[in-house]
Amino acid sequence: MSVSTITETTQYLTFKLASELFALDISKVREVLDFTTVTKVPQTPDFMRGVINLRGSVVPVVDMKLKFGMSMTEKTVNTCIIIVEVTIDNETTILGALADSVQEVIDIEAEQIQPAPKIGTRLRTDFIKGMGKHNDQFIMILDINKVFSVDELATLQDSTGPA
Amino acid sequence: MNTDQCRETYREEASELLTELETSLLELEESPEDKDLIGRVFRAMHTIKGSGAMFGFDNIAKFTHEVETVFDQVRNGKLPVTKNLINLTLDARDQIRAMLDGGNAAVPEKASEIVAGLKALQSGGGPVAKQEIKSEAKQVDVMSGPVTYRIRFKPSSDLFKSGTNPINLLNELRQLGEHKIVAHTTSIPLLGDLDPELCYTYWDIILTTGRGENAIKDVFIFVEDMAEVKVDVIDDGGSFEEVENKKIGEILLEKGDLSSGDLKRVLGSQKRAGELLIEAGVVDRAKVEAALVEQQHLKEVRDKREKAETATSIRVPSEKLDMLVNLVGELVTVQARLSQTAISQNESSLLSISEEVERLTWELRDQTMNIRLLPIGTTFSKFKRLVRDLSRDLGKVVELTTSGAETELDKTVIEKLNDPLVHLIRNSLDHGVELPEEREKDGKPRSGTIHLSAAHSGAQVLIEIADDGKGLDPEVIRKKGVEKGLISADAELSEKEIFALILAPGFSTAKTVTSVSGRGVGMDVVKRAIDELRGTIEITSWKGQGTTISLKLPLTLAIIDGLLVKIGDGYFVLTLSSVEECVELTKKDVESSHGRNIANVRGQIIPYIRLREEFNITGKRPGIEQIVITATDSGRVGFVVDQVVGEHQTVIKSLGRFYKNVEGLSGATILGDGTVALILDVAKLYEKAEISETAS
Repeated sequence: MSVSTITETTQYLTFKLASELFALDISKVREVLDFTTVTKVPQTPDFMRGVINLRGSVVPVVDMKLKFGMSMTEKTVNTCIIIVEVTIDNETTILGALADSVQEVIDIEAEQIQPAPKIGTRLRTDFIKGMGKHNDQFIMILDINKVFSVDELATLQDSTGPA
Repeated sequence: MNTDQCRETYREEASELLTELETSLLELEESPEDKDLIGRVFRAMHTIKGSGAMFGFDNIAKFTHEVETVFDQVRNGKLPVTKNLINLTLDARDQIRAMLDGGNAAVPEKASEIVAGLKALQSGGGPVAKQEIKSEAKQVDVMSGPVTYRIRFKPSSDLFKSGTNPINLLNELRQLGEHKIVAHTTSIPLLGDLDPELCYTYWDIILTTGRGENAIKDVFIFVEDMAEVKVDVIDDGGSFEEVENKKIGEILLEKGDLSSGDLKRVLGSQKRAGELLIEAGVVDRAKVEAALVEQQHLKEVRDKREKAETATSIRVPSEKLDMLVNLVGELVTVQARLSQTAISQNESSLLSISEEVERLTWELRDQTMNIRLLPIGTTFSKFKRLVRDLSRDLGKVVELTTSGAETELDKTVIEKLNDPLVHLIRNSLDHGVELPEEREKDGKPRSGTIHLSAAHSGAQVLIEIADDGKGLDPEVIRKKGVEKGLISADAELSEKEIFALILAPGFSTAKTVTSVSGRGVGMDVVKRAIDELRGTIEITSWKGQGTTISLKLPLTLAIIDGLLVKIGDGYFVLTLSSVEECVELTKKDVESSHGRNIANVRGQIIPYIRLREEFNITGKRPGIEQIVITATDSGRVGFVVDQVVGEHQTVIKSLGRFYKNVEGLSGATILGDGTVALILDVAKLYEKAEISETAS
């Protein structure tokens, strides 16, 4: 996805994974919850932390740090579950993403967003929509639909499944 | 409502009408003389045409018009109902359906073909062969809507001399429908002048009946020449909006009890018409009373009809219902929490409230589930068409009989049941029922029968597809099973187990592939679909006599009775219907079986699966574990858990797309304390264990 496609929305929710700052398009974020009991679903990869009860709906929770190759998210007072809307095959589903802490909602003008460098981020470049800058700090803006695409979650699931 | 919505509504309505049209046509084929059916076909066509034109489906309107024209002639008796006509009209129905689905696309050649065929019929050029249709078709008693009649029965004064008792006649009339009878007694003389052998009375009867005027005339058939009987229609059962309740003066006028001049003269003043008329001396009190009774009766009939018309049914989009079911599901969960809290607080006032809420919640749940239940009959009528068309293609004579069409099932179950049923009926037709010649050779009637039935049995619905065809040959199936490596050559199998083999993937006994079945989609697809509905399949068959396939399905998919168990910190739910018993598994038992996963339960050997190992749950095992013994297709299997918590009303929630590949789990549910428990798929877990053990 190129930078030109993200000119309309300028508001982003920023959050921290370890000490790094990430951002999500605010229109994709439904709500932010405190970390609650997550029920692990057996025989799924570690980054699929399990499911929670969101007012009667069963919502899967993904550990973004594990997904991005960092260490597992530990529970602290600041740990949050960001409930996001993901569009898969033209169908909207909701899921929870674990973050170490949620920061703030900020405006980033489209011209301040640059395409992510092809190397050096140690992240899959297609996960990143662009790099923004806020208070002299770099923010990685995630393409949530790519990160949580079913392919992405399913392929990994098979490889870690029981052999 | 915008145009799109209107068009959507039209689509829905039209497809309902098309279904009705199909049913009527098929019935008409059976009894081609039935005027009522012809009327129904005509009306359906007419409505499709009319509203089609209104919402811009011009091509549908135009096409339907052609078909309607033909049926107009049929209705007027100018054209006979022939097989050809039915075939063409059924084709036309399919064409309309295609046009509906395809939006307002241009009319393909098929439409003009049908129109040409119909035109040929009209001009008498078509092969009119009335004999093709079953000749035994009888004229069916026409039951139209209720009509209200006014009957004046004025016997001649010497009626009694013929031995007729007018009371009997009136009683006979009473049986025809709702009625009001007024006796006119004004001409009865004073007692001194009264001749007991003469009849001085006459009656006005207001009768609402659907049996028609002839039924009324039949009552008076023996007194026709001794009495004056006048029957008038005063309300034809049409729309109540169009007919205003009649004024009393009008009624008297109609009956000829009053001349219009008298009425006008009297109406000059302001009192109630009836009283005025009496005062003026133009009519006597009894006549006015009779008219009043008539007025009241008509009003009642119309009120009733109005009520019936408004209260029968309303159309609700299914999403709204789904939402309601979801909300009720949440309510059930919250109620469980409330009960739990109330019990732990042990305060009597709170407990009573919680019990009240519990009762209401269950009632609400049952009602909501009830709303979602639909009679299965709608799908049955579809199969009539399927059987008709297929048997024609295959050159077989097959009749589909159905029973229990009124059996109600959850909407989603009915939808998901459609494909498996189609498959099973196709199978019965193709492989089960023989060709007419073969049947005759075997001493069976030429025409085969497939019986489709549905019935409730407890919380389940039993659906059976029974044919009287050649049945299954256990030996052939067995051989094939060995050939395909499904069973070993020396396996001892009961007949039931052998029949169950045809449900296995990759099993197909038909030697040749026909267009009807055997296209690589086997019975295993049916099995999977039924499994998904948490149902079971059973096959019984007698060689040469037929096959019966029984499907057992749960009433609803949204809520099940579950058994809550605990492993480590996690909760799991098993379907209670599959659980047979729970037994303890002590360390000693494990040692005595030398570490093999086999338990000895009252002398029976039961293999078990350790869910803790299966799910990689860490933590210390308790000293005494529990084995939950379940009945699966492949026999009794135990599942070892830490603790059996108890029964749990389980509102089933989907795990969503992200977990759809997880085997052994069929969903999740929310417990009283708000945490999520996973629902185990017993059959899948067993299958998985079996595969991994045979592989190692």
